[in-house]
Amino acid sequence: MGWQRIKPRLDKDNRAFWTGGAEGKLYIHKCGDCGAFNHPPRELCRNCHSENVTPEAVAGTGVVETFTINYQQWTPDMELPLVIAHVVLDGVPGVKLTTNIVGCPVAAVSVGDRVQLTFEQDGEIWFPLFKKAV
Amino acid sequence: MRRGNRVTYFVGKAAIAGIGQTEFSKESGRSPLQLAAEASLAAIEDAGLTPADIDGMVLFTVEENEEGDLMKTLGIPGLSWATRVGLGGGGSAGSVFMAASAIAAGAAKNVLIVRAFNERSERRFGQATNKPISAYGWQGTGFNYLFWSLPFGVFTPAAMIGMANLPYMRKYGVTNEDFGHYVVTAREHAATNPDAWFYQRPITLEDHQNSKWIVEPAIRMFDCCQESDGGAAVVLTSTERARDLKQKPAVVKGGAWDQRPSGTMGLAAREHLVAERVYESAGMGPEDISVAMLYDAFTPEVFTQTEAYGFAGPGEAKDFYRGGGGKLGSAMPINTNGGLIGEAYIHGMNLITEAVRQIRGTAVNQVESVDNVLVSSSGSAHILGKA
Repeated sequence: MGWQRIKPRLDKDNRAFWTGGAEGKLYIHKCGDCGAFNHPPRELCRNCHSENVTPEAVAGTGVVETFTINYQQWTPDMELPLVIAHVVLDGVPGVKLTTNIVGCPVAAVSVGDRVQLTFEQDGEIWFPLFKKAV
Repeated sequence: MRRGNRVTYFVGKAAIAGIGQTEFSKESGRSPLQLAAEASLAAIEDAGLTPADIDGMVLFTVEENEEGDLMKTLGIPGLSWATRVGLGGGGSAGSVFMAASAIAAGAAKNVLIVRAFNERSERRFGQATNKPISAYGWQGTGFNYLFWSLPFGVFTPAAMIGMANLPYMRKYGVTNEDFGHYVVTAREHAATNPDAWFYQRPITLEDHQNSKWIVEPAIRMFDCCQESDGGAAVVLTSTERARDLKQKPAVVKGGAWDQRPSGTMGLAAREHLVAERVYESAGMGPEDISVAMLYDAFTPEVFTQTEAYGFAGPGEAKDFYRGGGGKLGSAMPINTNGGLIGEAYIHGMNLITEAVRQIRGTAVNQVESVDNVLVSSSGSAHILGKA
């Protein structure tokens, strides 16, 4: 892919999410006290305010909840058209990821499609993307 | 959620006494501060006041100008009260509510609200920049969720609002063609408004459907508000004082502002909450509104606001606009100046100035027999009426 995605600024809370792809893993913060998943990751659990939150590797499969097809050439190097989706992850209640569905024609994407994780690397950053599940 | 807690201390106590605006263009040729000063001075003079009379100021976030610079430029000697209202343009209607609150509380006598920028000839709001994330200087105004969506191609409000409204579209079977009916109406209103960028340039539904996709299926190019250079301002004072000034007062009869997270229906949940509270404060319902200004940064939010304010039932905004709803001469005219899509995008301030004209009876597209005007900027709202 020629598109140079905007890279996030890493901090202690988001590092696991953005670099877990090096191990092929997607990390979402989980609270050790109440079990709630927290995303975007923060120091405190949103549900119970505990500081006992740690990144947990999740299954990496999920479902397309909604999506749009972007046609606007926002940056000169973006590859278009691009599917921007909200994916709900298996086993991670309450969390939605904004991501792209890749590896298929845009017309092949539907709400309710089962999808699985794939990564795109740019240096230290591993962008979590999704492709249609086989 | 508070129910039955009617907040009325400010109701009827303050009025918009002056309005002012610059021309709306794509190349103003002057700085945001200059534009802000021109609009402010026009509003102050329209109210029959001088800058020395201004002792309060409300700006709203995503603001380029600084209070201190405005004061020095205009010759405002001091402020006894000033604040900034959150939600960017979503806070524009709420700024009037906040100003009315201060006046009702006796914190300030004459309050200026102003917004001005060069969003077409300088940093364009509707464009992405291929810069590192730190260049997206919206931190602190509630936009930090950008960090989680920018890497995936969500660069501007067009993509965000498009995504946020997809569940609403899917739930009620709303199509982009449905949206086109509102846009045709807005451009119709703009076509007869000499202040509008699209003056004398109406469009057909076919034109709308031929405009290019930004994010399918929600937003085409013609569903987007403009990028504009310009400024607009209002001055509020007590209703009592306003009666003795130059113009017919536009009295603040209701107001609300809220920042809650977007739910599964995008901005709609917050719009319903704000609508409930603004009607509650005013002791009014949709039947009391003669004309409404609804924030049309993008067409989908016009639909959800139309329903939130009770001008159409849930999911029925598409039938409302298809059936000619919103047009001048219809039962509920919407955005008589052409809206942010048709006139200009001054972050909602030009909807407020138009609302005041409707109360005064001086609008170019004047609605007959106006009692109350609703101004909604999605995350906040106010109702204007006569003294």
